[in-house]
Amino acid sequence: MKTTDTSAPVPAESGLPVAEIGTSPGKAPKEKKEGTVLNAFSHGILVLWAIMVVMPLLWAVMTSFKDDSSIFGSPWALPDKLHFDNWARAWTDANMSDYFLNTVLVVGGSLIGTLVLGSMAAYVLARFDFPGNRFIYFLFIGGMSFPIMLALVPLFYVVNNMGLLNTIHGLILVYIAYSLPFTVFFLTAFFRTLPTSVAEAAFVDGASHSRTFFQIMLPMAKPGLISVGIFNFLGQWNQYMLPTVLNTDPDKHVLTQGLVQLAVSQGYKGDWSGLFAGLVMAMLPVLAAYIIFQRQVVQGLTAGALK
Amino acid sequence: MQHGKYRFIVGFLAVPLGLYGLFVVWPFIQSIYYSFTDWTGLSPEFKMVGFDNYKRMLHDEIFWKSLQHSLLFALVLPLVTLALALFFAFMINVGGRRRRGGPVISGVRGSSFYKIVYFFPQVLSIAIVSLLFAFAYNPDSGAINSLLRGIGLDSLQPLWLGDPSLALWCVMAVLVWSTVGFFVVLFSAGMASIPTDLYEAALLDGADRIATFFRITLPLLWDTVQSGWVYMGILALGAESFAVVQIMTTGPGGPDYSTTVMVLYVYQKAFRDGQAAYATTIGVALLVVTLAFAAVVMRLGRRERLEF
Repeated sequence: MKTTDTSAPVPAESGLPVAEIGTSPGKAPKEKKEGTVLNAFSHGILVLWAIMVVMPLLWAVMTSFKDDSSIFGSPWALPDKLHFDNWARAWTDANMSDYFLNTVLVVGGSLIGTLVLGSMAAYVLARFDFPGNRFIYFLFIGGMSFPIMLALVPLFYVVNNMGLLNTIHGLILVYIAYSLPFTVFFLTAFFRTLPTSVAEAAFVDGASHSRTFFQIMLPMAKPGLISVGIFNFLGQWNQYMLPTVLNTDPDKHVLTQGLVQLAVSQGYKGDWSGLFAGLVMAMLPVLAAYIIFQRQVVQGLTAGALK
Repeated sequence: MQHGKYRFIVGFLAVPLGLYGLFVVWPFIQSIYYSFTDWTGLSPEFKMVGFDNYKRMLHDEIFWKSLQHSLLFALVLPLVTLALALFFAFMINVGGRRRRGGPVISGVRGSSFYKIVYFFPQVLSIAIVSLLFAFAYNPDSGAINSLLRGIGLDSLQPLWLGDPSLALWCVMAVLVWSTVGFFVVLFSAGMASIPTDLYEAALLDGADRIATFFRITLPLLWDTVQSGWVYMGILALGAESFAVVQIMTTGPGGPDYSTTVMVLYVYQKAFRDGQAAYATTIGVALLVVTLAFAAVVMRLGRRERLEF
């Protein structure tokens, strides 16, 4: 958005210009009262929504310390004592430790892959003229608005035929492929804003194209890489649909799948407190990371939509 | 910069493009082709059947239900979510009390606190959120009904996800809950870039807050609202609705198909019923709906771009 401070163009076609809304100057007492009422009202609503957001999360944390009978008997009561054994059980018996490890491996691999491959493609598309440039760019961008589920049916068999079904590296490759559209879109825009003169100077000094990219351009693109990296990290960490289809082996489950599996199996196992401990275990690291890197996370997640 | 230019371009594009082509573009093309076959997905043999799958789809009652539900998702969810988010964002950024000597327009006290808290659900996996709310909705021991009992509303104990007329709304409420915060933050950023002298002029002319919102904030934020609308609609048609419905509802998609959405129906046909070809047919319908939705929103929402 442009922020040139011209005062003239107020909404023209959408009805009355601002100047015609009200004209009487002597409204001070009424306005003051209105302000107070509105202020109280807006605060009330804002507080209410904040409670509605935080409450379920706090409730989950509280429930993870209760035993099974009180979870069902009195959902809102505080735990009689802190049942830390729920957490221990979830971590070992319910395989949360394995799910964590799988998730870390998958997300770690695909995040690095996405950033490296995405920035390579974006750099070439942003900085070089060649026949087919536009076509390839729009091929990538198109992936953002297509329903992934449509591709998932044949994808299952593509992955299966390559022997990559139910493997960590197979999942990594698929994650990278499906993260590329947004990554390329975002980073292409970012590389376009970087000055050309630095790269040209490096090139004149005898650096090759790839050396210019890795030693000059990538460090310059760091803010963009951080934003898009956070975006992809959260997307991949929280991914549910892709692993549900492509990763059905219980030993290879990632966190989201594992938790859902756990919830389903509680129908006959009945360890609900362990499940809640697992849920909170999966929630806390992301929430903690968000609170620490709050500014960057918000920037990373909203940057794409503001373009 | 000509030296080795093409070799460099090919070298840099080959791997990303190959991966993308193999795992994204190629399956998309294949699935359109499969929708004209009788492929089960279980055996490698299949033959062309022309438009048979499409004819079958038009007579499939469950398909029409799922289409109806998906359309409802695409219309209601963005409307409710964006309206709530605009309201909150306006309150946070412009709704504050005017203090003497302070800026003309100010947010409420603690505005950054609200923005942090509202954003919480956005960083959580939709799968985790769904699991949590599935417990909360439990009619006997769930948090919501026992809260209702706690405040004396013993007669009001809905079955929530077990009630065919309520289940779909329960699912939508969860999606609203988890996405509002994102748009609050997004719109707040947009509102912050609106020059304050516009607000000052409006206030000098005696405009109240409601007029300020509809005459200044909303028109100047329109581009962001519109792209948010498309973004939310695509989410509501695709991955997000799959996760909530698949995890929360009985069946999944029940009770009595009251929550089946298109994306879930594709999944069930392909991976539960062994009807891969028919599943891709529904998938193609989903693609058409998604693209039509985006086109309609872009067209209806088109207006003169305001530069400021």
